[in-house]
Amino acid sequence: MTSITGHPAGGEGIGYSFSQPTAAPVKQHGFYPYTDNGGSTLGITGSDFAILAGDTRSTSGYNINSRMVPKVFKIGGDDETGEGAQIVLSVVGFAADGNALKERLDAVVKMYKYQHGKPMSVSACAQRLSTILYGKRFFPYYVHAILAGLDEEGKGALYSYDPVGSYEREQCRAAGAAASLIMPFLDNQVNFKNQYIPGSGEGHALEAKKAEPLPQTHVEQLVRDAFTSAVERHIEVGDNLQMMIITREGIKEVFHPLKKD
Amino acid sequence: MGSPFDINGGACVAMVGKDCVAIACDLRLGMQALTISNNFPKIFNYAPSTYLGLTGLATDVNTVSDLFRYKVNMYRLREERHIAPQTLANLVSSSLYEKRFGPFFVSPVIAGINQTTGKPFICGFDSIGCIDFAKDFIVSGTASEQLFGTCEGLWEPDLSPEDLFETISQALLAAVDRDALSGWGAHVYIIEKDKVTQRLLKGRED
Amino acid sequence: MPGFDFSNYNRNAALHARGVPLPKATSTGTTIVGCIYDNGVVIAADTRATSGPIVADKNCEKLHYIAPKIWCAGAGTAADTEFTTALISSNVELHSLSTGRDPRVITCMTMLKQHLFRYQGHIGAYLVVAGVDPTGIGLYTVHAHGSTDKLPYVTMGSGSLAAMSVFESMWQPDLDKDGAVKLCAEAIKAGIFNDLGSGSNVDVCIIEKDKPTQLLRNYEKPNERGQKERNYRFPRGTTAWLNQKVISKEDMKKYVTIETLSGDSNLAEKMDVDS
Repeated sequence: MTSITGHPAGGEGIGYSFSQPTAAPVKQHGFYPYTDNGGSTLGITGSDFAILAGDTRSTSGYNINSRMVPKVFKIGGDDETGEGAQIVLSVVGFAADGNALKERLDAVVKMYKYQHGKPMSVSACAQRLSTILYGKRFFPYYVHAILAGLDEEGKGALYSYDPVGSYEREQCRAAGAAASLIMPFLDNQVNFKNQYIPGSGEGHALEAKKAEPLPQTHVEQLVRDAFTSAVERHIEVGDNLQMMIITREGIKEVFHPLKKD
Repeated sequence: MGSPFDINGGACVAMVGKDCVAIACDLRLGMQALTISNNFPKIFNYAPSTYLGLTGLATDVNTVSDLFRYKVNMYRLREERHIAPQTLANLVSSSLYEKRFGPFFVSPVIAGINQTTGKPFICGFDSIGCIDFAKDFIVSGTASEQLFGTCEGLWEPDLSPEDLFETISQALLAAVDRDALSGWGAHVYIIEKDKVTQRLLKGRED
Repeated sequence: MPGFDFSNYNRNAALHARGVPLPKATSTGTTIVGCIYDNGVVIAADTRATSGPIVADKNCEKLHYIAPKIWCAGAGTAADTEFTTALISSNVELHSLSTGRDPRVITCMTMLKQHLFRYQGHIGAYLVVAGVDPTGIGLYTVHAHGSTDKLPYVTMGSGSLAAMSVFESMWQPDLDKDGAVKLCAEAIKAGIFNDLGSGSNVDVCIIEKDKPTQLLRNYEKPNERGQKERNYRFPRGTTAWLNQKVISKEDMKKYVTIETLSGDSNLAEKMDVDS
């Protein structure tokens, strides 16, 4: 049939340009057990100390949940304040899992001390943390953990983990939202990657600058500069910087203000 | 399939110094994780002291660099003068926005010195032509997050050409070493009022 | 009207159909506000531009010129706010030249909404339009789909709720200029500190009857970066390079030869003759 209106003619009725209402789609319910609470952490070791740091902002989406939620915890202390602890754990990612993991590890380290009458070594604690994480291989703790302390020789020890327990001892490590911003800066300033000794040769013959353990004040400055830089360019990092400095004398906790925008 | 910006890989950075600017890029061309070439420069020259860096989808890097070669040549013929970096910035911006609903998958960076004012100029763009005027540095490519971290940490104002070379080179090398899709050497251009120095950097080959 | 070029559209649509995600544009996850007072109108904006969770520009300009006494604050896709306001500014100027009258805010708002409605929300520009014209003071919001509002105080962008909370608790009907500027700056700061998409500085624009418009760029800077603790300048020669090429002005002259033509004055004339 010829039509001048441009609409399909015939017995089908009026040719609506919009789609006909159909039966309501089947409602799908979902449960998302994880959220991302942002933030970033960073650990660096020296010859007789280790530093673990993290910002204290907790976010969800474009909102700030709190400007003061610590991500770095003392593990295996004698009381609520963590007095007497020799190991520090930082967790970043999903804050609820982070807290649960911290509580679990804290209990394990305390039980060890009661049962064996001596504090747990960092290397033992590091292995135990890996086991705890792998124990939830198919419903993981959604966190990037970093564990720090002093090893049997009194040297700074730092262990970093993936969410399911793969771990490694390292000199320095950044984790969390701004890890990709901080890590290359650390490679360059802590391990002197891509730096050569001026005048030691030409082109391929240049001698690479050797990495050596840095003094404590130097590392503290690096940590603060790494975080002020990350705050400038990552929206989920800010408010306050929490630093735990582990030495033979014990653990010192300090806070520094960061930008709040 | 991944984002078109992440298929071929690559990184580019520009920085301002005292009476000078620098622009640097890596040399990798890949297909996902497979490296195809270690000699794919991403910086193009459009006037004695005007340079354009292009990262993103390699086919669009080629198309866009050639398109601007044509457009800048036409500008030179009509105007009988070289294009200023600010003018190129507006040309890039409007050319990219023209394709608002079918963009080129590139993130351009401009670095240069305006020959009439003698002032350094850098700027960056998103793929649809929004200009980012910065006084310090501009980054782009698959290593952009890493570059933001290194530049924010290492850059300082009023660097001399020699110091700027060290800073931009270290910022780029440190960044691309933490990005699997960038690296394999780098080109660095140090642009002064009447001198341009191009250097080939030694980088990791993995 | 802009001549959009769809030559890459089919290629990109085909890629998108095979699961390639759309490119992420720089978006101004923003706080913008506007507020009228007895003798004019004030608009204000923050200066952060983001790309995902990364800050792309720490001090961008979100207050756009339309006409001497009409200005626009933009949120949404940065390129869209930039080009849409530039286009409308151009058309408003032509319109005022052809009518011989000062442009009106409602004209500008209508041109913006008709343009945005035509593109069905695909142009992601969310605007606050403000100004004074012969009919009085105007303050409007325009959404990307083309809907508009006319109110005494308005907010837009991801920080609009934070900013509106300030207006709803502190706004009063008899504001003077200083009061309006302070209130707008306070509203922007609420966005800067409580919304992650907004940050850095406060820009303010004051449009007043019978007075030139004032653009107060970086009216407040509550987020300046402090001094770094260490010096990160490298010793010269730290970076390994394999070869270099120096291009200097002197070198360029090598490729140019200058020849002086003999003084045959007829030469030019001969060439000009059209015989």
